[in-house]
Amino acid sequence: MTDNPATAATADVDSTGRAAATPDLQQPYRELGLKDDEYARIREILGRRPTEAELAMYSVMWSEHCSYKSSKVHLKYFGDTTTAEMREKMLAGIGENAGVVDIGDGWAVTFKLESHNHPSYVEPHEGAATGVGGIVRDIMAMGARPVAVADPLRFGPADAPDTRRVLPGVVGGVGGYGNCLGLPNIGGEVVFDACYARNPLVNAMCVGVLRAEDLHLAHASGAGNQVILFGARTGLDGIGGVSVLASETFEGDETGAGRKKLPSVQVGDPFAEKVLIECCLDLYNAGLVVGIQDLGGAGLSCATSELASAGDGGMRVDLDRVPLRARGMNPAEILSSESQERMCAVVRPEDVDAFMEVCRKWDVTATSIGEVTDGQNLQCYWHGELVLDVPPRTVAHEGPVYERPVRRPEAQDRLVADAPDALRRPSGPAELRETLLRMAASPNLASRDWVTSQYDRYVRGNTVLAQPADGGVLRVDESTNRGIAVSTDCNARYTQLDPYEGARLALAEAYRNVAVTGSTPMAVTNCLNFGSPEDPGVMWQFQQAVRGLADGCAELGIPVTGGNVSFYNQTSDAPILPTPVVGVLGAIDDVTRRIPTGIGGEEGESLILLGETRDEFGGSEWARVVHDHLGGRPPRVDLAREKLLAEVLVAGSRDGMVSAAHDLSEGGLAQALVETVLIGETGARVVLPEDADPFVWLFSESAGRALVAVPRSEELRFSEMCTARGLPWTRVGVADAGSDALEIQDVAEIPLGELRESWEGTLPALFG
Amino acid sequence: MSAGARIGVVTFPGTLDDVDASRAVRRAGAEAVPLWHADADLRGVDAVVVPGGFSYGDYLRCGAIARFSPVMTEVVAAAGRGTPVLGICNGFQVLCESGLLPGALHRNVGLNYVCRDQWLRAENTTSAWTTRYEPGAEVLVPVKHGEGNYVAEDAVLDELEGEGRVLFRYVDGNPNGSARDIAGITDARGRVAGLMPHPEHAIDPLTGPTDDGLGMFLSALDALVAA
Repeated sequence: MTDNPATAATADVDSTGRAAATPDLQQPYRELGLKDDEYARIREILGRRPTEAELAMYSVMWSEHCSYKSSKVHLKYFGDTTTAEMREKMLAGIGENAGVVDIGDGWAVTFKLESHNHPSYVEPHEGAATGVGGIVRDIMAMGARPVAVADPLRFGPADAPDTRRVLPGVVGGVGGYGNCLGLPNIGGEVVFDACYARNPLVNAMCVGVLRAEDLHLAHASGAGNQVILFGARTGLDGIGGVSVLASETFEGDETGAGRKKLPSVQVGDPFAEKVLIECCLDLYNAGLVVGIQDLGGAGLSCATSELASAGDGGMRVDLDRVPLRARGMNPAEILSSESQERMCAVVRPEDVDAFMEVCRKWDVTATSIGEVTDGQNLQCYWHGELVLDVPPRTVAHEGPVYERPVRRPEAQDRLVADAPDALRRPSGPAELRETLLRMAASPNLASRDWVTSQYDRYVRGNTVLAQPADGGVLRVDESTNRGIAVSTDCNARYTQLDPYEGARLALAEAYRNVAVTGSTPMAVTNCLNFGSPEDPGVMWQFQQAVRGLADGCAELGIPVTGGNVSFYNQTSDAPILPTPVVGVLGAIDDVTRRIPTGIGGEEGESLILLGETRDEFGGSEWARVVHDHLGGRPPRVDLAREKLLAEVLVAGSRDGMVSAAHDLSEGGLAQALVETVLIGETGARVVLPEDADPFVWLFSESAGRALVAVPRSEELRFSEMCTARGLPWTRVGVADAGSDALEIQDVAEIPLGELRESWEGTLPALFG
Repeated sequence: MSAGARIGVVTFPGTLDDVDASRAVRRAGAEAVPLWHADADLRGVDAVVVPGGFSYGDYLRCGAIARFSPVMTEVVAAAGRGTPVLGICNGFQVLCESGLLPGALHRNVGLNYVCRDQWLRAENTTSAWTTRYEPGAEVLVPVKHGEGNYVAEDAVLDELEGEGRVLFRYVDGNPNGSARDIAGITDARGRVAGLMPHPEHAIDPLTGPTDDGLGMFLSALDALVAA
């Protein structure tokens, strides 16, 4: 091609013919992360040694990150536990780029969570930015318009010097990329814990919307259809990146004998992605795409093998036609490159001109690089020489599967036995007041405004709720006001104490956070962040968490539509706390009925605590902040109760009985009160039940609870509904528009200004 | 009657708030007409909104490339004939780069991108875009930008103040370090306006902090009727 920089000479190329003729050539498969038996299997599949290009493709596609080789046997449980009834609203599920759910009126919603953990530690800004870029392309590959993002983030101790490097970089990267794409950021989390000190977790969620009939699944069917690569040019960035993602060290491998050292972390160009989004949507609207796949981890290796495996034939690709931005790239490098902002489409020959015309309108480079064939294999050519000839399913779907040893760690019993019962509790009003303020100012409970104010939450004009609300709510249809809600949650301290129950608690919290907005939870995605799968204790955590999450979903009757696994989040032999981040998607018929978080929206509100409060402090934020303690059992979880609570909240929203609602989680009732009065800029008078232990009532983290504000005129109707449905409720006070304080009778009266200073001051003081 | 008014909304590659600006135009009662950056054609519109975003990626300098687009040549010519033009956020930057408005927008003093609900005080209520506001009225509108720090030479600032061409001023905290808390300005004739805050994100309390921003679009319709 004339527009390419000089490419590697064909004479040097490792063709299939040469591979057949030189069976004994030593190949650097170990350096590429392949085990001896994996390499032997590749030779067996091919009936010869692999070419360099084939070795590059197999090694990257059989990495932990792409092949799910350690998690597959466990993830199967999600499918096994999903009933036909749960599948009813699911248009696409696990195995597709992202799950798709039917929300009614012909609207479908697609959503997915993905990790970009290691790159974000190495280079926080670009790592986080390209994490956003990657998940957005996954959503585009479903034929959807991306409409929102949310980012669950986890960092080391808030006051650690390295956190000051990582956090601002990550937040700047998420904001810089997402803001430039014009996607509102409507949720997410920021969590600090020592376990994430050298293993920050940067998970990214994207939500997309489409008409149900426009769903595009990645497949390459129809011999003669053209394979078009469009978007950015292909360079040397991120080569070997995927292998690095799933390895314990940060030393990238060099497929090119160490001659071109570029950072393993890719660099993103959000402007190119924004243009690519609009270009893709124009292409979809014009009906010009048969199949589409994004290029993310493993680049063209992944896109071509996925497209070809999902189709009904083979595929021929001429790698020398790929537009490049670096000199001298060889076939293996072109296949492995993780240059960002690229997509690969399958297009009918008669549509190619129209396809190119749309790309020209958006100034997007588009090149036909091959075609679908009626053969069986994926074949790549380099200036006419066959350099790759593989059955695509052996690359994309039939990779190695490991049954890793699973063993409950011996230390688990000691951890559970170390209950928080003996920890000294505050006694008397002064200590309770001090505890409340100290908790509100602690890094994990303090206002996230320093972070979220760097994200655009307004763009596109459909954001109905965003941070600091429990769940983000978006309008999908302006004419009907139909909308959706999303939340992501995980308390890894609970999961450490009991991975099965902890995963169910994460599900319960995300489910509840969707419900408190007045939305009905419909589907689940996840990002399972764990330590090394080679550690039987980590595999036990993983297995337990998967089972807990799947069983929980079955109990709630909502399906897991997709997910992502991130292993090797550990430094030397200390794994992170098991962190199965759960994302829940809900639907709401009428977004004007959404329930806000802050009180004061109506005149004269009563505050009602829904659910039961028990003495539960295992894994609590109080135990962490005051005693730096982690032990015992996490709060009990009752998913039938969660379901009932959600039904009551949705009914309350639909019938206009609830004017504010806030879920109770970390920090308990005290923290919920702090947030609801500050967000609503309205004081409150709280009266706890006479026989209540104020410490337990204020700081326990019992699950299945929410604090709601109910207009006085609706109080009787609402409380009678709760009683009739069997949901315990307790009147705990009133909103007081005339007061500038949070008054908790017999405990404390705290001016809102003082409260605000505690809650809002922490992150700015730490991060500027 | 303003029912027949047609207001153009420009889209550059990288424009983000064009859907919002179009929605605001429609909510005010006018027809929103999409204008494409590569077309030297304003399609006969009565007024133009240059919305926010990152035109052409803002790679050289915010708005610096957009000013050379075919559509901007037409916008500049139309402004010369008195057509009302509103630049919001990146659109404000584009109007400054195009020479329709004085000054420039620098990086926020805090260096970080800031998205927050911002109180503004209406100062000039006679421009084509602000007649619906009471003098001194305080309105709550979102800001969201990384480069909104308005700067100009003192003489220019004095002139703007002297001629009453400051449209809005930040109150209750200046989000970006703008000179004299300036949030938005107008040209000498009061037809071309630019501001960093986003009135198009404040047209409905469901999706914005208030509907305080709608007044700018209604004002323009009034101006078109009066003209």
